Amino acid sequence: MTKAITTICLMLLLTGCSMQPWVKPYERAKLADPIMSFDRDPVSTNYINHVYQAREGARGAEGGQGGGCGCN
Amino acid sequence: MVQKADKVVAVVVINNKRFSKLFAGAITLGITFPLMAAILPADRFDALVHSYDGGGMEISGPSLLIRKMLGTSTSVSANYYVDSISSASIDVITSASPYKEERKEHSVGVEYLHDKSIMSFNYSSSEENDYKAKTYSIGVSQDFFGDLTTLSMGYSRGSDQIMRITKLNNQKTLDPLFGTDHADRHNFRLGLSQILSQNMIAGLNYELITDKGFLNNPYRQVRFADDSWASEVYPNTRSSNSVTTQLKYYLPYRAAVSGEYRLFSDTWGINANNIKLAYTHPIGKEWIIDLRYRHYDQSRASFYSDLFSAPGVQAFMARDKELSTYTNQTLGFSVSYDLAQQGWKLIDKGSINLAFDHMMFDYQDFRDASVEGVDIGTEPFYSFSSNVMQVYLSVWY
Repeated sequence: MTKAITTICLMLLLTGCSMQPWVKPYERAKLADPIMSFDRDPVSTNYINHVYQAREGARGAEGGQGGGCGCN
Repeated sequence: MVQKADKVVAVVVINNKRFSKLFAGAITLGITFPLMAAILPADRFDALVHSYDGGGMEISGPSLLIRKMLGTSTSVSANYYVDSISSASIDVITSASPYKEERKEHSVGVEYLHDKSIMSFNYSSSEENDYKAKTYSIGVSQDFFGDLTTLSMGYSRGSDQIMRITKLNNQKTLDPLFGTDHADRHNFRLGLSQILSQNMIAGLNYELITDKGFLNNPYRQVRFADDSWASEVYPNTRSSNSVTTQLKYYLPYRAAVSGEYRLFSDTWGINANNIKLAYTHPIGKEWIIDLRYRHYDQSRASFYSDLFSAPGVQAFMARDKELSTYTNQTLGFSVSYDLAQQGWKLIDKGSINLAFDHMMFDYQDFRDASVEGVDIGTEPFYSFSSNVMQVYLSVWY
């Protein structure tokens, strides 16, 4: 799994040297809308991840952004 | 081995240990995974009150988070979090006595922006009467390809001290026979976020976590066919891999749908996956409604059993329901109301929020040992539901 991810990253790096952004900065208005954030409120996301971690065997790669702190 | 009635320990900490051990490390690593161009998070203050009620456990407390820019390239943050726990869970009912305790966590972080990179450092400490945890984390993220792609990586190192509470002369005190045990943890994390189109973004996260040391809960016990009980015995190492993919799409009208899938496996034999679907719908300029559904499914650890035939039948033995085979389904919603959108005095904007989640746990090989009048090992399988509520105020300044 680690090898596969490393390979994907390397391929992106190698092909990206000549790549032009296909979504221009002025075309990103919708993406900048707060409703498109994976994690609109970090303090809330961290808390609910904390609840799941305490009650489920799985852990890690929760996804989304953290809150810039170890808060939960 | 001790009989169930002979427990010397009045306190059983079932879930909270894992709060300290896992969460501080895993979450602090997720610091700098910006979705688009490298920018530092905005100055904001969040005050949250949380409440968990289910399975005989009531947990509540505040979480306060503040973030502030220093100059143009540095952002600092601090968080204070409390869990006040009152537990009479199934583990407590069957092998000990209800208890109350409190866990406090303090965290500080620094993020530094340089060109298209963000570097971060975090420190977190958590303390309760029988458990102390410290975690140091570093992270870096870099934007590529016209800021369409963000690659992130992080590492954290956690160090835990585990003690045990016992009752001597009717007083709760640290168990001198148990002393202090230790566990170390390393988290390695990779993240990739990608703008796919004007309407769609994707994320890919990978995390490797390794633990070494005392990984048991010092209170929990396994049971045997003759209805005797004994302390669990865990391996002293554990490594896990998890991968999460995310996708979010902006609908033709102002609303968004998102999907998330996580795959997990570890050296204890647990395989798990969860899927989450969500819909975000603004109403007017001030309201945002979120609806979500999550389904979690896991298989048991190789050394888990609800009932062992006799002591010593295998080297490692566990009866932790979080290591059993089960599912968890969650239905939830959030309502957010924006305040002072045009700013007010020193405040740029604010919001007040309510979030509610209903969780349903359904165990397939963990039996309800509190049921009486049936043969041992034939009790019904355990299940419970819980309600999780958050009320919080966010202010940007």
